[in-house]
Amino acid sequence: MLTIFRREIFSFLSSLIAYIVIVVFLLVTGLFMWVFPDYSLLEYGYATLDQLFIIGPWIFMFLIPAITMRFFSEEKRAGTIELLFTKPVTDLQIIGGKYLAGFALVLFSILPTLLYFLSVYLLADPVGNVDTGGIIGSYIGLLLLGATFVAIGLFASSLTENQIVAFILGLFLCFFFYTAFDSLRLLNLPNKTLLLLEQLGMSAHFDSLSKGVLDTRDMLYFGSLIALFLMLTKTVLEARKW
Amino acid sequence: MSVKVQALTKVYGEQKAINQLNFSIEEGQIVGLLGPNGAGKSTTMKILTCFLPQSSGKAWVHGLDTETDSLAIRRIIGYLPESNPLYLDMYVKEYLGYVAGFYQLAAVDKQIARMIEITGLGLEQHKKIGQLSKGYRQRVGLAQAMIHDPKVLILDEPTSGLDPNQLVDIRSLIQEIGKSKTIILSTHIMQEVEAMCQRVIIINRGELVADDAVKKLQQRVQGESVVEVEFNNVINEAALRKMTNISLVAKIGENSYEVRATGKDDLRKILFDFAVAQGLSVLNMNKKENSLEEVFRKLTTAKKK
Repeated sequence: MLTIFRREIFSFLSSLIAYIVIVVFLLVTGLFMWVFPDYSLLEYGYATLDQLFIIGPWIFMFLIPAITMRFFSEEKRAGTIELLFTKPVTDLQIIGGKYLAGFALVLFSILPTLLYFLSVYLLADPVGNVDTGGIIGSYIGLLLLGATFVAIGLFASSLTENQIVAFILGLFLCFFFYTAFDSLRLLNLPNKTLLLLEQLGMSAHFDSLSKGVLDTRDMLYFGSLIALFLMLTKTVLEARKW
Repeated sequence: MSVKVQALTKVYGEQKAINQLNFSIEEGQIVGLLGPNGAGKSTTMKILTCFLPQSSGKAWVHGLDTETDSLAIRRIIGYLPESNPLYLDMYVKEYLGYVAGFYQLAAVDKQIARMIEITGLGLEQHKKIGQLSKGYRQRVGLAQAMIHDPKVLILDEPTSGLDPNQLVDIRSLIQEIGKSKTIILSTHIMQEVEAMCQRVIIINRGELVADDAVKKLQQRVQGESVVEVEFNNVINEAALRKMTNISLVAKIGENSYEVRATGKDDLRKILFDFAVAQGLSVLNMNKKENSLEEVFRKLTTAKKK
């Protein structure tokens, strides 16, 4: 698993993907937080990181499928998947290695935003007058959200040997799970169904974590979604044996 | 027994890619898996490397069952797939290091250096794989297949698409490696089998049509022998034709002929006697081996209905 993880990380670094992803993520969140007058924290008057956590999931929605789209598609197209599957590793180790590599990249793009937190912390009046609990919760939420997007993207990539298809499919699935369930609230449905629908979507759980309450139900939700998509990926890969 | 296959069958949808294949290969043999395109060579190899499962039948590599001991088999085989897929964005050494990572090798750097030396990649070792020519990529493919010193090497068309020089190089490389390992290689080029293998397994449309030592297979079709002969002077063709057993005389140059004969007597002796009787000298005489190509054609077309 470590071998595959290392190879994917090397590949990110040598193909510039890693740099582009991290730079774009920081640039866009930075612009929204500090520069664009409509959103800028400096104009806003409140010492929060809300901008980061509102815009973050949307950037990830595009960036993460872009990272993950080549994971299996490229191997399938180039035929290297045949080599990979004839090495002494299990399918789960292959999936795990690739998944962790994708997640590492997400982690490293989030890490520098801790500087934003530091800035807000210092800018607050009096210094340190920020909702630290809420921010920690939001960070955990964003991380779990990214982790889930990676699993979704990996699954999309296993379905096709065309990277563009993998990207669009990944983007759609991420969008669907993040916000579509939530938007269904606007439909005229019985309350119980609406509540269920809302709970199926990621944004409700993300919001709940953002309040600073580390509810195990939310953690479990993200955990099972990740497990679900990794298992689906495994099933797709095993389909070659049918 | 290094590799054993019993009643192996693979069905893709409706089509039987291989049907009831049986053969076994001793340790240390170089075996050629021969067959026209689509005969089932690659499928057989994919089953042996545990990439695809068989539909029915059994296959063992070093006593390990491909269905139940997949991981253990993958540890002791080296595989070069048909199109030699590689990560073009990786450097040669980096790639070999990556492949070595799958096998928990003790001295990785030493092993990489050894592979680079064996496959003659010395000058190219610092390049990206994408920059290499086809012949060198093939060497990288071979190097990655052998990096963990596998007991069995499975090479799917290892020489396809190489230029004649590279062909000779890769062939001698494979022969060199074959001294210590079991090698199964597939090809549809007969000369290749003649050049490299001790044994040949011919399959056609998924069925085994021949499984024998290369020498024996050549003898199989030797009901007829062919000799090219050159005399120093004009000969009496009619007289030559009347000699025992001679079935066909064709002029292929000034005073040189291709002579075919049936029967057990050595045609060369007959021709020599003829020359003496006619007061001629033989300048050149060359017995043409019955090439495997002919054997192959006979075996694979005879089966068609």
